[in-house]
Amino acid sequence: MQDFLDNWGITVMVFAPLVGVVAMMLLPEREEETHKLIALVASVASAIVGLLLLVNFDYDRSGVMQFARTDTWISVVNADYSIGLDGMSLPLVALTLLVTPLVIIYSWNHIPSPGNAKAFLMLMLVLHTGMLGTFVARDLVLFFVFFEVVLLPMYFMIGVWGGEQRLYAAIKFFLYTLFGSALMLVSFLALYWSTGSQTFSITGLAELVADGDVARNTQLLIFGGMFLGFGIKVPMFPFHTWLPDAHTQAPTQGSVILAAVLLKLGTYGFIRIAIPILPEAAVSWAPWIGLLAVIGIIYGALGCLAQTDMKRLIAFSSVAHMGYVMLGIATLTDFGINAAIFGMVAHGLITGMLFFIAGSVKERYHTLEIARLGGLLVQAPRMGWILGITTMASLGLPGLAGFWGEFPAILAAYQPAPGLSEELFRVYMVIAAIGTVLAAAYLLWLLQRTAFGTPSEEFEDDPHIHDTVFTEWVAWTPMLILIVVLGFVPSLIFDVTNEPASMVGEVIAALG
Amino acid sequence: MSVLAQVVSQPEFVRPHIDWHAFAPELILLGWGALVTIVDIVGLERTRRFMPGLTGIGFLLAMVPVLTLWAQGDAFDGATLPRVLFDGAYVVDHYALVLKGLFLISGYVVVLLSTNYMAEGDYHDSEYYQLIAASVLGMLVMTSARDLVSIFIALELVSIPAYLMAAWRKRDLASNEAGLKYMLMGVFASGIMLYGMSMLYGAVGDTRLSAIGPALAEFSSSPFVVIGALFTIFGFAFKVSAVPFHTWAPDTYEGAPTPLTAFLAVSSKAAGFVGLISIILFGLPELSEVVQPLMWILAAATMTIGNLIALRQENIVRMLAYSGIAQAGYMLAPLAVYGDVPDSVQSSIVTYLLIYAAMNLGAFAVVITAARRTRSGDISSFGGMLNWAPGLTAAMVAFLFSLTGIPPLGGWWAKFQIFNALIEPGTAAGYALAIVAAVNSVIAAFYYLNVAKQMCFLPAPDGDNSPIKIPAPLNSAIALTLVFTLISGLALLVPDITNFTELAGSAP
Repeated sequence: MQDFLDNWGITVMVFAPLVGVVAMMLLPEREEETHKLIALVASVASAIVGLLLLVNFDYDRSGVMQFARTDTWISVVNADYSIGLDGMSLPLVALTLLVTPLVIIYSWNHIPSPGNAKAFLMLMLVLHTGMLGTFVARDLVLFFVFFEVVLLPMYFMIGVWGGEQRLYAAIKFFLYTLFGSALMLVSFLALYWSTGSQTFSITGLAELVADGDVARNTQLLIFGGMFLGFGIKVPMFPFHTWLPDAHTQAPTQGSVILAAVLLKLGTYGFIRIAIPILPEAAVSWAPWIGLLAVIGIIYGALGCLAQTDMKRLIAFSSVAHMGYVMLGIATLTDFGINAAIFGMVAHGLITGMLFFIAGSVKERYHTLEIARLGGLLVQAPRMGWILGITTMASLGLPGLAGFWGEFPAILAAYQPAPGLSEELFRVYMVIAAIGTVLAAAYLLWLLQRTAFGTPSEEFEDDPHIHDTVFTEWVAWTPMLILIVVLGFVPSLIFDVTNEPASMVGEVIAALG
Repeated sequence: MSVLAQVVSQPEFVRPHIDWHAFAPELILLGWGALVTIVDIVGLERTRRFMPGLTGIGFLLAMVPVLTLWAQGDAFDGATLPRVLFDGAYVVDHYALVLKGLFLISGYVVVLLSTNYMAEGDYHDSEYYQLIAASVLGMLVMTSARDLVSIFIALELVSIPAYLMAAWRKRDLASNEAGLKYMLMGVFASGIMLYGMSMLYGAVGDTRLSAIGPALAEFSSSPFVVIGALFTIFGFAFKVSAVPFHTWAPDTYEGAPTPLTAFLAVSSKAAGFVGLISIILFGLPELSEVVQPLMWILAAATMTIGNLIALRQENIVRMLAYSGIAQAGYMLAPLAVYGDVPDSVQSSIVTYLLIYAAMNLGAFAVVITAARRTRSGDISSFGGMLNWAPGLTAAMVAFLFSLTGIPPLGGWWAKFQIFNALIEPGTAAGYALAIVAAVNSVIAAFYYLNVAKQMCFLPAPDGDNSPIKIPAPLNSAIALTLVFTLISGLALLVPDITNFTELAGSAP
């Protein structure tokens, strides 16, 4: 068993969903229930293997790549099929493994218009493989391939099953991300050739750069290319404009996946690739990253206050929350990176949950216009409470998961890595702290306008408005439980991420 | 003693050794083509319907020696690859063999694409297939030609049948225009090229590239030689439709019969590229300081202008024509650094040619299939295809995303190799062109995805969602190209056969 997991565990976990895709391809479209079942089985199979990996993971050595394997893939460019799991990727893999099956369960009776469960779920599974693959890749070419694979299913998910403006949102999402990743690829190749050793291995490159094989200016430019690629995906201000459109137009499932996992591909790229390989350049870039992060926090929050649409408001809150994650990363300390990884998981759970609720509200009220909503607690009390808990988590209430993403990130900015200006980061810290106040404002205001009060006349006697149904409970309960559990026991994640995060922090500290 | 007897008795003449095995693909295709022509003359109408099948078999038969040469190149009859014929004027190496395979297989796919189109259009289909075979024969010669004269002859053999075929829809004015425009431009380009070649010959006194290459070292600043080299390159720039020599392409593509358009856009363009690679890499290595900046500008202009104009096209064939121009720009790009990394340049362009052939022929196959129902080339007529032809739509989406360069479809590996070659020397020019290409691939995504959008997101314009029937030849063409697009996307097979370890053929 151990043998199997060591050699094949990750591979099976990543590619099991594709087996489901092939099976679904062979079945006709009308057998909807079978398709749903296959999709669920495939994603659960992947999750079970993932769970076995999690159980067998050696948590005392979380800084080391485990279940790793490396096989030659494209020998002409020395690109390998190289995968592994360590404390940095483990929480995100776990998050992905959890969210996809839940989304598929939610889809059981929520296939968005115009239907076609077969195509919808096939895309979902491809997406799943792409996301998992990105988190376990240890080779830049492999990383790039998985990173790009997610584009195609997401494009179709928004374009076919999205809202009114779906065509615009889909192409915008695609072009923005493609632009970033094209320059990212150029950066990867520049790194490949400029080290003189022609390898795409992430750890190998980090060592080569540390040995001084790459000129400083080249490092800065390469980091710039990666910054665009990852920064657009996060998304950081000013590259964020695709996000509100994509989120608002995407079907509920698409929004949930986008918020819960896809955005993390960008932040993960920073802590896995950009910073460890090019620490010197990271120190030079960090003040700018921090600046864009805090602009994002304030801008996102102000954007939220101006929104009239519930989904769009949540989308803007993502910009703000990812700002905290990026601020944590920009400090370049182990503390900040720990906070960032926690922030990613927390944001994934909480914002994913908010999008689930938004989708269910939309299904009942056929609108997300905040002005027309109200009285959710009267008409659907359980859902109203769930919305209440989730908004509390989102604004960073201690005792819920959101707190541990936000608070330590702000704290980390007090003492950035050596080599970075303390004054500057303390200014960032203050701005970020103001952002939390704004976050409380827009989230509470949202809750007040949608959940409190009495239902508007329009929906008073609407028979469609009912409380949470079974599939919603199944899909939401695990996420809600985790939001609470992580809020009380944050060490569940910090213990895993601490070792890899301090390894990055030490590299930076050694420079200063 | 008569003059004739004097000539015959000249003792210097030795019959050159001919390596029949190395020459077999061309000979088989030639023989088979002649056989098919005879069958046609004897059988007339009775044998007409066998013509596409027979031509296709000819291409597959010619594949056999290509494979044996590849597999047993150094053991079968004592000769090793590269097999050099005629004092270095004709070379069979891995590079040539890969391309011969490309031309034969894409010729076969074009026959598959043409079968129903020609049979249903009531054209002179027998002659059409014979001309295709003749053109492909020219391409086979082109892959091995390492001599100015044989390159020129190969190029004319490729082009002249294509001039005829472009005007094949005799009663259609657009097709007449296509043929005439293509011929006039093509002949003009050939003239310029020949003039340039004559200057190169005048300087060096030899037509073999292997002799021209080293000899040009002492001429590298001579305006005479530089102009000769530029004229030769400009001639090829017409063939590969590089900006600003591209103006014939969209009209010709739109007017010509669509299967022939596919042939022009893939095979004929690839033949132009092969000639260009051979001349530049084998013949002009010493002129890199002059030729590189030229190729930089040609490549950047070709990809940018091709993409920008493609954005505005409403006809799918014109869109593919302009996108093909842009793709030619990506393929030209590595030539901007050929002086530094000739090996990588060679293998990256050949990689691109192979994958481009599969994905573009595939896209044309879908267009031809869909046009059987829509009877229109408007992109908007593709609306709702997801409903009336889901399989076809999925295939087209794969081809479009591959052309965009999204993994895990072939196009990404092709682009990757181009970037790789551009960045390898680490020069500012290489980096800059890589960034231009990266930005261009984003622009291109917009119009490729526009087609995907029509097919998948929008309803059928006439509201008719009844499924269509796809004829078997078109089905197999789509399957063949799709499989190759997928295989190459996993970076299997293609990297192994395009990894030319040495610039084979540069040594006679």
